[in-house]
Amino acid sequence: MPKTPNQIHENTLRQATISVLVENEAGVLARVIGLFSGRGYNIDSLTVAPVDESGRQSRINVVTTGTEMVIAQIQAQLDRLVPVYRVSDLSEGPHISRELALIKMIGTGEARSEALRIADAFRARAIDATTESFVFELTGDTGKLDAFLNLMRPLGLAEVSRTGVAAIARGTRLI
Amino acid sequence: MTEMKSGAEVLLRALKEQGVEVIFGYPGGAVLPIYDALFQQEDIRHILVRHEQAAVHAAEGYARSTGKVGVVLVTSGPGATNAVTGLCDALLDSIPVVCFSGQVATHLIGNDAFQEADTTGITRQATKHNYLVRKGSDIARVVHEAFQVARSGRPGPVLVDLPKDVMVADAPYSAAPNTPHRSYRPRTEPDFELVTKAVHLMKLARKPIFYTGGGVINSGPEASELLRELVRLSGYPITTTLMGLGSYPANDDQFLGMLGMHGTYEANLAMHDCDLLINIGARFDDRVTGRINAFCPHATKIHVDIDPSNINKNVKVNLPIVGDAANTLRAMLAAWRADSVEPNREALAKWWVQINEWRAIHCLSYEQDKSPGAIIKPQYAIQRLYEATRAHERATGQQTYITTEVGQHQMWAAQYFHFDSPNRWMTSGGLGTMGYGLPAASGVQVAHPDALVIDIAGEASILMNIQEMGTLCQYRLPVKIFILNNRYMGMVRQWQDLLHGGRRSESYSEALPDFVKLAESFHAVGLRANNVGELDDVIAQMIASPKAVIADIMVDQDENCFPMIPSGAAHNEMILGPGKDQRAAHVSAAGRMLV
Repeated sequence: MPKTPNQIHENTLRQATISVLVENEAGVLARVIGLFSGRGYNIDSLTVAPVDESGRQSRINVVTTGTEMVIAQIQAQLDRLVPVYRVSDLSEGPHISRELALIKMIGTGEARSEALRIADAFRARAIDATTESFVFELTGDTGKLDAFLNLMRPLGLAEVSRTGVAAIARGTRLI
Repeated sequence: MTEMKSGAEVLLRALKEQGVEVIFGYPGGAVLPIYDALFQQEDIRHILVRHEQAAVHAAEGYARSTGKVGVVLVTSGPGATNAVTGLCDALLDSIPVVCFSGQVATHLIGNDAFQEADTTGITRQATKHNYLVRKGSDIARVVHEAFQVARSGRPGPVLVDLPKDVMVADAPYSAAPNTPHRSYRPRTEPDFELVTKAVHLMKLARKPIFYTGGGVINSGPEASELLRELVRLSGYPITTTLMGLGSYPANDDQFLGMLGMHGTYEANLAMHDCDLLINIGARFDDRVTGRINAFCPHATKIHVDIDPSNINKNVKVNLPIVGDAANTLRAMLAAWRADSVEPNREALAKWWVQINEWRAIHCLSYEQDKSPGAIIKPQYAIQRLYEATRAHERATGQQTYITTEVGQHQMWAAQYFHFDSPNRWMTSGGLGTMGYGLPAASGVQVAHPDALVIDIAGEASILMNIQEMGTLCQYRLPVKIFILNNRYMGMVRQWQDLLHGGRRSESYSEALPDFVKLAESFHAVGLRANNVGELDDVIAQMIASPKAVIADIMVDQDENCFPMIPSGAAHNEMILGPGKDQRAAHVSAAGRMLV
């Protein structure tokens, strides 16, 4: 059946960065993850850590992909979890997202020098070094990290550890 | 200084403060301290069920027939896992239940101790919320919070897991707080501007219809009153979901009957042709919508729901309103009276002419040979039961409550038993749990000791929780079990005949018990009607008996439930059944994939 323009629009996928402020209690992360797996939503990235003075509230950042209808559903489903204070789709407005990666390179010779040059261009810091290895620390948005890793792959990339996305709205807008 | 009592005593004190009068439960090792505390007090009554699943269904029956929160107490491990089906049932039907489960002592948690299960882990997706109480100082707070969560917003089941050592050790008491929950604050007041817009759309509609659901019942009896007022004021037709039966009087002229898969022809055709859909407290369930891209194709859709996650979940709507049904209906009535536009009475009259044409098909008619030896049609059995209870209610004032199991008998009950009031109809809608009806009926009877409580059952479903006959006997609960016995899992067989070439795989009820003797062995009354001539007498005896009764009604084995929207079909593609139209049900390959 040919699709109407309306249907095509409704089926367009987009990536959303959703921040959720939750009560920092046992099982709250399991609730959020269970909701995603139980209802078949995607998790592209997920981070969680306490964010207030008393440590009672945690912020969960989820990067997900779905149609507009699914992304609205995800927010509504998250919002009705009892320990959830607020849910916000940061991608609805200007926002900043960052993640951090620790990247282990193993190798010697020209590849090793090339890796150092590229790291410099990306402003990655070498935070550990031996004669055969480096560990780089790189912070940036997901695209920057991906680009860096693609360049490092042929140069002896051995191991990667990424934090996942932390995000916040620009300006005075709060979650 | 705060007075210290054992954790179990603190628990019971919190329950009393929450107004709990009865608990449905089953003891076991991990809950012995709680049972010991129960033994030493007289304010809270305990009903001993015969299986933990039944405890939850009984609490659901209690909750649905009273509007109060139902309370369950089970032990750890198997006690808790047996309760899971009941919790899922309450979750899907939005029934307020608080289930307390025992847990092994805190120092044993995670060690695979005897009767240990990760109950909060297992029930996380089966409850609205759950708690593991690790400290005595949390008991009172968590219990109060559990009740608040269970009954507010869209109601649902809450589980509280109680380790044995926490119940034994001394703990402080704290009263229920008057403050709202710190993070859970469901919206109950609708946006009045949206209500005004909705009412304006309603006034301009040419072919409007109200489609209302369990949200109206859950909102309390006032919501049903307000719904009646608005429907009568507008003159618009109304259909309700399975869960909404009773919120509008079934015998009223504006009521088109239930909609959906086994709804009436007029309700479904009116849904398909309407230009304005006013959904109040229903969730566009797949049993209601049929094929989603052919659902109400010409309609502007208004959706009132207390749960924002129901909005645009299955069906995209034009005007969503988040709020409690009663509050929204009250606002709608005010807006209706304030809006000077008059509804289009001429268009409405035409709409009713059309609806009455659909009605004239009499989609629920069936042929019953009335000679005494004739086989009883299941529809006729329910119709006679309805008429007898109606007459009985008029004569004695005794009110009737109906529960059901799940299957053909459930749909026939929804079609042929007519409800005028909310909270009289208890059925497992969302989860479709066979074995719901008998324990639910025992819960209803506990709440309403003087009422006539009838479980309309099938011979297959009833066996799923038949052990509850023991509960009926122990507490002298005079529940009436009205079995439409066709010796088949009728709905399974109907689908096999319709969708799987008539291969009746495992759907015959082999080796059935003698239900009359079964009743007698549980000290209840057993009755049987083999033919039309015996039916009315059995119904009369059943109603008159002061004891629990099983009435085994032998019905036509081959009867199917019609009308029906086959899987994957649209409302206007419904089939009426034998004698009404000979269209074979066409079910697409995609339709066969649906349940």
